Amino acid sequence: MTAKTSLVAVVGNPNCGKSALFNALTGLRQKVANYPGATVERRAGPLLGDNRVELIDLPGTYSLTPRSPDEAVTRDVLSGKYSAEGKPDAILCVVDATNLAQHLRFVLELKSLGIPMVVALNMTDLAAREKISIDSKALSEKLVMPVIETVAVRSRGLAELKEQMLGLLQVPVASPVEYATDVKSLQTLARRIADKVTLSEGLGHKTTRVLDRVLLHPVAGPIILFSLLFLMFQAVFSWATAPADMIDDSFVALQGFVDTALPDIWIKSFINDGIVAGVGAVVVFLPQILILFAFILLLESSGYMARAAFLMDRLMASVGLNGRAFIPLLSSFACAIPGIMAARTISDEKDRLTTILIAPLMTCSARIPVYTVIIAAFIPNTKVLGFFGLQGLVMFAMFAFGIIAALIVAAVLKRTVVKGKAQTFMLELPKYQTPNLKYVLIGLYERARVFLRRAGTIILVSTMVLWVLSTFPAPPADAEGPAILYSMVGIIGRGLAVIFEPIGFNWEISAALVPGMAAREVAVAALGTVYSLSGNEDVVANSLQHMLGNAWSLPTALSFLAWYIFAPQCLSTIAVTRRETGGWKWTSFMIAYLFVLAYGASFVTYQVSSFLLS
Amino acid sequence: MRDTTDSIRLGTMRPGHRGRITHFDAAHLNGEGADLSDRLREMGFAENLIVEVLHQSPFGRDPIAVRVGSMTVALRRMDANIVVVTSI
Repeated sequence: MTAKTSLVAVVGNPNCGKSALFNALTGLRQKVANYPGATVERRAGPLLGDNRVELIDLPGTYSLTPRSPDEAVTRDVLSGKYSAEGKPDAILCVVDATNLAQHLRFVLELKSLGIPMVVALNMTDLAAREKISIDSKALSEKLVMPVIETVAVRSRGLAELKEQMLGLLQVPVASPVEYATDVKSLQTLARRIADKVTLSEGLGHKTTRVLDRVLLHPVAGPIILFSLLFLMFQAVFSWATAPADMIDDSFVALQGFVDTALPDIWIKSFINDGIVAGVGAVVVFLPQILILFAFILLLESSGYMARAAFLMDRLMASVGLNGRAFIPLLSSFACAIPGIMAARTISDEKDRLTTILIAPLMTCSARIPVYTVIIAAFIPNTKVLGFFGLQGLVMFAMFAFGIIAALIVAAVLKRTVVKGKAQTFMLELPKYQTPNLKYVLIGLYERARVFLRRAGTIILVSTMVLWVLSTFPAPPADAEGPAILYSMVGIIGRGLAVIFEPIGFNWEISAALVPGMAAREVAVAALGTVYSLSGNEDVVANSLQHMLGNAWSLPTALSFLAWYIFAPQCLSTIAVTRRETGGWKWTSFMIAYLFVLAYGASFVTYQVSSFLLS
Repeated sequence: MRDTTDSIRLGTMRPGHRGRITHFDAAHLNGEGADLSDRLREMGFAENLIVEVLHQSPFGRDPIAVRVGSMTVALRRMDANIVVVTSI
């Protein structure tokens, strides 16, 4: 092999353990990026032990006839039509040993590409437990390509797999092409080969059958699903408290340190009020976001997520959506961006569009900071009916309002602008598996990295810019009131306040909404900066919520909450939507309808609550 | 004539019913069925395989979960109707 990097594409049917194998082969050095043009995650990384081989994990697919945008990427990359990616030098096809006939059909189809190929006969441990016995040597002879038995989750068979892959890259030999190409003939051929190399048939996966009898039970099934979701949101709010407090304390300690270490000049305010207050206000929410993602990753890797989609299909269909939309929408509770990207698995274009348009209505984790601060400041911490905390109930209601609004919007859209024919829902229910810890940890690590990078870049920069804008120009010598009133932020805020006055927003809120466009959680940081520069020393000494409790009326607080249910989404969401929908048309539609709904909801909330409280 | 009396469509079966696939017939879908038939094959449906309806949605009994070979596939009854089986 020369010094140049070789590209090996890892492909396979969904649920074959492809990602687990990819993780085992690349370790933590993988890079997640987006394909230019089409927002599909490009997951690639160098092979452990040999940096000259680059592995790329292509979206799982059943065939080379794409049924959805992510499957189209797989086909285009493999056929060398994808401009941003070279044609792979070799294919590593991952095959589920417990479902050989089905997965072999895809192997046979891949042969038509004429690319050298290695087959990883994966999950051989499961196959052994199900009493399935496969002659991998015979299979290798039939397919005319190396077949290596692997157990990705236990890193078994990897050395041999690497050896065969490197050998194949040194002496690239493509296996002979099958003559038949239509699905039916390949299917027949695959079954014939599978029959010949299978020494003993399996018993089927007993655990899956038993579990499904409970989890898909007409009564128990939905109850378990909703309990799981309830537990998930409960966990996000209760388990995160301790680590969040620790992070908060360390930022306060840092501010204290800066306070004593630096002389009282502008740089101290810049560091404390600008950077530490802004970034700290956001980083505090890392535990909540990680807990939410941990749940989603666990549900996904255990195989339960597909069951949830099955259970929800009918309900989703009643507003014109597909059961598959449940997965992107659930991910949107963590962040709309992975949610919108996950919508690419929906085959119907109209369904996909509707799902993307309503994804921002799912309360993303970036809104949790905003809700938490406001609720803590304005909602008394009393018990309702003895054991429900009122604050928790309001938080739950915020999520519920988002979901209800999303369903209504979907139903309206489906009857008007994105009308389409009846669509299909077809989804494999994979075998249940003990969640793969490594997969979950890599996923969490990835999310934490992305989140902290955002905190270190977008959020850091916008809080710095905000500090500058709210400090300059300096007030005139005979100024009355806080200095910030005379700054750029004060001017912008007072200008916007004219528009937002009917919904009860003061100029401080109006000013904070602008940086809030960069990322929603910045709104909290911005409020922190604006109020702390308003000369309110409470912010540093006490918490932001304490101060807001004094500065805002209850109708203003409620109106602010209502605004954030619909809040025009952050810039990253807008960028992803534009890429995913292929232009500004639907993106501007989304921005416009969310803005109108946000303003309308806040207006009603403010006016009604003002009337009731007066 | 293949549509004999014991020939039924997968989409009409209840949980617990088993059958052997005889053929695919998408005539009732007005020309959009050819692609759907291919898709069903890609998901593992094939002639002579035994299918069993395992579960149905608690809401409106649609979609259904069908075991085919060693896979379980969830699909809507309308699409499942493309698959014709003889009951066993």
